[in-house]
Amino acid sequence: MTITRRQVLSGMGVAAAGLIASPLIKPITQTSNKFNYANKTHGPDYFPNVTLTTHNNKQVKFYDDLIKDKFVVINMMYAQCSEGICPITAMNMRHVQKVLGKRVGRDIHMYSITLLPDFDTPKVLKSYAELHQVGPGWQFLTGKQADIDLIRRKLGFYDNDPKVDADITQHAGVVRIGHDAYDRWMMAPALGSPEQILQVIRHADRVSVKA
Amino acid sequence: MFNHKALDDTNKPELDNEQVVDESRRNLLRLSILGGMAAVATSKLAAAGDDDTVSTPIIYPVSPPVLAWQESIPEYVYRPKQPVGELSPPPQQDSNTGFGECGRDPIQRWEAFYGDDNHDTYELHVKEAMHVFNPAYPAQPIWGYDGVYPGPTFHAYYGRTVVTRVFNELPQDHVGYGSPEISMHLHNLHTPSESDGFPGDYFSPNKAGPTLLNPGSFKDHCYPNVYAGYDKSRESNPTAIGDPNEALGTLWYHDHTLDATGANVLKGMSGFYLLFDEIDSGNENDFDNPKALRLPSGDYDVPLMFQDMRFDANGLQFHDQMSPEGVLGDRTVVNGKIKPYFKVARRKYRLRLLNGGPTRFYEFYLVHNGIVKPFTYIANDGNLLEKPLMNQTKVGLGMAERGDIIVDFSAFALGSVIYLVNRMEQDDTRKPKGTKTPGEQVLKFIVDRNPAEPDNSRVLTASTFMRALPPIDLTQVEQRRTFKFERTNGVWVVNGKIFKVDNAVAKPKLGSAEIWTLRNDSGGWAHPVHIHFEEGRILKRNGVAPPIHERGRKDVYVLKPNETVEIFMRFRDFKGKYVMHCHNLAHEDHAMMVRWDIE
Repeated sequence: MTITRRQVLSGMGVAAAGLIASPLIKPITQTSNKFNYANKTHGPDYFPNVTLTTHNNKQVKFYDDLIKDKFVVINMMYAQCSEGICPITAMNMRHVQKVLGKRVGRDIHMYSITLLPDFDTPKVLKSYAELHQVGPGWQFLTGKQADIDLIRRKLGFYDNDPKVDADITQHAGVVRIGHDAYDRWMMAPALGSPEQILQVIRHADRVSVKA
Repeated sequence: MFNHKALDDTNKPELDNEQVVDESRRNLLRLSILGGMAAVATSKLAAAGDDDTVSTPIIYPVSPPVLAWQESIPEYVYRPKQPVGELSPPPQQDSNTGFGECGRDPIQRWEAFYGDDNHDTYELHVKEAMHVFNPAYPAQPIWGYDGVYPGPTFHAYYGRTVVTRVFNELPQDHVGYGSPEISMHLHNLHTPSESDGFPGDYFSPNKAGPTLLNPGSFKDHCYPNVYAGYDKSRESNPTAIGDPNEALGTLWYHDHTLDATGANVLKGMSGFYLLFDEIDSGNENDFDNPKALRLPSGDYDVPLMFQDMRFDANGLQFHDQMSPEGVLGDRTVVNGKIKPYFKVARRKYRLRLLNGGPTRFYEFYLVHNGIVKPFTYIANDGNLLEKPLMNQTKVGLGMAERGDIIVDFSAFALGSVIYLVNRMEQDDTRKPKGTKTPGEQVLKFIVDRNPAEPDNSRVLTASTFMRALPPIDLTQVEQRRTFKFERTNGVWVVNGKIFKVDNAVAKPKLGSAEIWTLRNDSGGWAHPVHIHFEEGRILKRNGVAPPIHERGRKDVYVLKPNETVEIFMRFRDFKGKYVMHCHNLAHEDHAMMVRWDIE
């Protein structure tokens, strides 16, 4: 068997996350490299590499720039959300960002993707970000409706019931947490305490020792 | 990739017709997988303004055809795992972090349960290994207890403590679904909390869960193997070990890692733990013991674990980490094999049926030449009923439920073939649809020999008394609680709340009794609710007495759509943190769980 792309990615991911360098952590001695994981289900073939625009009006490619080899924390929202989901999620995410500190933007990336791109222009998102006092490393994103919806499906922010799925007031109150290099994807409830989101981040993260 | 060896003419397999899909369909599926499921339909939001567009659910690949009845279920599952002489370093009450144990709470009553040498010690090594589900599918990595799926079967005895050292030897640089951090739950032993496999107690050499102090490469679990009511029994008898009427029989252990249980169980982390005592002594020749039921024992006492899984076009296990509702398996895996056979002698067998999840309900029948055959039903959720239920024809199992049956294969001629058939139909992970005939054959029994020795196991009748039920004393009830199992904003909740690992929603008093009402007010979902620690008794199902097989002691309470179950619960002998959760693992991992503490 040849070395698969994901094995290469895995090695890169471990180094990138600083695992080996950390004095707190024992070196990894249990490895899976003898097996060929042909059934990796995510990666460049899975995530659409569509163009999105950040709240700072910068154009980015969804997979190449936002997902590839990165540890990400993603929610979906819209600026006018009055159901309590988005404001509470934004508050919880802000707390998460504060706790994670300098890691945000360095080895943990936070994204909030609008569900209503026709309304949430970069300008609207910028003022939303300012309202919630978001720091660097947390980007708000908009794009074409069809692209956004494809991303929404790929990240699992959907409901199997078409009626519920189409009702934006019932949109998923969850945060998607994952690492492309490890092909590890988890979710955290967005509406609980920030600590619940942090626990899942620390679980998926290979740098944290205590979840 | 496929193993076509068995397809030659000399050994022509029985092709599994109902699962064969035509080539064009398979190619289409393969294409859609190569495209990373890009073929999924768009939703209404994707086409805002077009009122005619509705979303359609994600379509998963159909598992490729298998070769039916080519492999036996493995022998080791009905043979006991052997203890080790001594653990090194020896187990101790406080976690041995200096030698690499994770930072757990001290084991309650360590001296009482371990101090007098009346114990067995085991090592369980959780590691990656290769596994073949079916000869048509390639060998593939699984995560198994001792590297096998299912894990080895424990035979334990009431009054003799078991200490199990669980080593986490999983690849910590793992890529793909599955958490290389683990927390092993033994369902549903009367276990002190620190050995229960609490979801937040997950560990690896690199990481400690939120309710552990430090990472570690192993964790010691103490299984006292005492009956509930231990403290009370000791008031009058200093050597008593609780109320024998609280005995458990068919238990299973599996991973319970917070947010990752579904993926970890799919990867192979589950096995059996059988518990015996004076009455259910595990010896059909136990004539010296007048209390012994002498149920079929040894190689005639066979645990069977059923798990639903799905495989991609290459025959590799498929899972969708992004799915908010999990993946319904379209293959029924029986003791690690898809469509295995089991050669039986013309005599009685005890079959212990377990629905190991993650998402499919079953209703099993024994079918011989198209005719449904009767059997004797003796235990629900692993607990003996007072009297056997004779001439039963079906075993319905929600996830984690167990049903023990006695099947007399002497009723069949040599060479007979009897199929275990599942007739429960299910299209998604939300709820079963109802039964259909003829159903799917999942296991083939081949009657291939007369027994070498006489079958001395007891012939059960409707009046055979097996085990008394403990009385339900409602005057002990100190509290009533209601738990509603619901869905909101894409997550599963209990009383409107998502699971919070560090917050107990109920704190029953040690030694008290309570009545818990479990409600599912939705028509859309079924929830098999599991309550850790003590068996409960269903007082009412939808306002009336439960069906006869549910009148014993239980630990899984299936809530079908719009159902309410009222349960008598007791909380004896140990303090600490436990959980109640939906045992549909997709629901569990998406927050349908509560922590409750005995104080």
